[in-house]
Amino acid sequence: MRVVIAEDLALLKDGLIRLLQAHDCTVVAAVDNGPDLHTALLHHHPDVAVVDVRLPPTFTDEGLQAAIAARTQIPGLPILVLSQHVEPLYARELLSDDAGAVGYLLKDRLFDIGQFIESVRRVAAGGTAMDPAVISQLLAPQDQSDPLAQLTPREREVLAEMAEGRSNTAIAQRLYITDKAVSKHINNIFTKLDLAPSTDDSRRVLAVLAYLNGTDNTPT
Amino acid sequence: MTTTPHTTRHPPHTTLAYLILLLTQHIAAFLLLPLIIASALLTLLWIGLPFIILTGTLLRTLATSQRRTLTHLTHQPLTPTYHPLPPTGINRRASTLLTDPATWKDLLWLTSAPLNLLILALPPTLATHALYQATTALTPNPHHIYDLTTPHTLPTRLLLLTLATTLLYLTYRLTPPTLTLYTRLNHLLLIPTAKTRLTARVQHLATSRANTIDTQAAEIRRIERDLHDGAQARLVALGMNLGMAEQIITHDPHTARTMLTEARETTRQALTELRDLVRGIHPPVLVERGLHGAVHALALTHQLPITVTIDLDGRPTDPVESAAYFAIAELLTNTAKHADATHAWVHINHGRNRLVITVTDNGHGGATTPANGLTGIARRIDAFDGTMNITSPPGGPTIITLEIPCALSSQKTWPSSKTA
Repeated sequence: MRVVIAEDLALLKDGLIRLLQAHDCTVVAAVDNGPDLHTALLHHHPDVAVVDVRLPPTFTDEGLQAAIAARTQIPGLPILVLSQHVEPLYARELLSDDAGAVGYLLKDRLFDIGQFIESVRRVAAGGTAMDPAVISQLLAPQDQSDPLAQLTPREREVLAEMAEGRSNTAIAQRLYITDKAVSKHINNIFTKLDLAPSTDDSRRVLAVLAYLNGTDNTPT
Repeated sequence: MTTTPHTTRHPPHTTLAYLILLLTQHIAAFLLLPLIIASALLTLLWIGLPFIILTGTLLRTLATSQRRTLTHLTHQPLTPTYHPLPPTGINRRASTLLTDPATWKDLLWLTSAPLNLLILALPPTLATHALYQATTALTPNPHHIYDLTTPHTLPTRLLLLTLATTLLYLTYRLTPPTLTLYTRLNHLLLIPTAKTRLTARVQHLATSRANTIDTQAAEIRRIERDLHDGAQARLVALGMNLGMAEQIITHDPHTARTMLTEARETTRQALTELRDLVRGIHPPVLVERGLHGAVHALALTHQLPITVTIDLDGRPTDPVESAAYFAIAELLTNTAKHADATHAWVHINHGRNRLVITVTDNGHGGATTPANGLTGIARRIDAFDGTMNITSPPGGPTIITLEIPCALSSQKTWPSSKTA
């Protein structure tokens, strides 16, 4: 897997390179600022890019902007964004082109290397990887009339796992239930939230995220 | 600063309404005058102090209402600069009243009440006479007029009518200059002297500076405590854990592994604490996206649906942005906690060199300054000479307007995104 890394802290950049190389990845470019990232993405066309939000020269959201800009030129270019803090606002922007293949994780998730590598692979394969912290903020129901308030606790768990980007099998493993039970819960969730059913894992995840982000365009 | 006020042309009925309002205020002033004299005399006997406070406060109220009317009439702000009365202590309150130069200036205005009444009464008197003459001239069996003559014949009646018309015309012509004379005189009497204004300004600056320093010191103490008891302590634990794991890794790899897992968990907790702390000092999204993005991000994660409209051509300075952000965040938290609302609106724009923020909710209203965190917000934006205005009648809606004087940098803002 060919990877581009954008991270301005040398210590973290070296760590990321080592970590990814240890898991069968080739780091084709490791940059430390926004403009270089944009060039590297367009030039190398990597299988996945791991990008820090805040980069020089402005130290604002340079990395995020460069990644979004590159995706307008190469639609669906897989990007995994890392940050010290997560904002549903940024998640919404990353997801807004509806092409999938995006991840948005706290840097804390690097502690669980297995999980992190799984997220990288998922994004590379066109799936999504959303941080639980983003999902929990989106999952807070606004009031009693909110359809989210009608979900059972189990359904909420399944919905959270699904929104983070996991497949049915992965959800079943994590919640210690059968694949069949997961499918049943997902059907219930889609009925309660009035979403069009889909058999494709990643389309389904995008539909759920669009719903949670309040950018859902499906007929209600 | 001291431009002479002009009464802007109002339609006749508005002018009449103002005349009546001003007259009433002066009649009240006329009645207050003997009361004040009486309380001054009583003070000589040491029992008049409560009366001084009472009449002094009444005087302030009356002068303030007169100032407000004049502001409406001339569109020139006449803001009173009184020393604030201490909440308790008869002696302290009375001495504050007596030492405040504004009180004496108000007294001067009060003693001018007879003169003012005379000026104000001129147009209504003329009009009343005109009316009296006209009705007398038109009644079939007229009485004596002014106890002088009885207009029986047509020529006398016509003469009387002509007189009445002349008087009415005079009223019409004289009212605007009378009002202008009146407003100029009273503007002069009621405007605070430059010294008073400057003293008030210095006092305000001293208070707001002291408040700012206090708030900042408290903030720094909180941050120090949070770091000391949080992240710092966790890093110590982390180092200890790692050290122990290093020692035992060869002969007890199993325990070492458990310790390493613990170390990882400790690091995660330290990170979470640092993140929360950073968010409290200066939210990263504010650095990355400015007020625009930060308020949108805030709305997105709020419990209530919030409509955000932002109309800014640039970015305010960092300190103003930060103060505005925290004020909005606190107002929205208040709304969620107390207002029982189902929707809130945040509107931000910039005009007349001021950043204007309006936070509205459709809750039950009844928000008052001392009752909740609103005082804290007011105090913080006071450091920028900002003001907070609360409209929250029982039954709602609550509208809170913040105005912070500031210029905008020419930097482009991000394109507006949808509302949450």
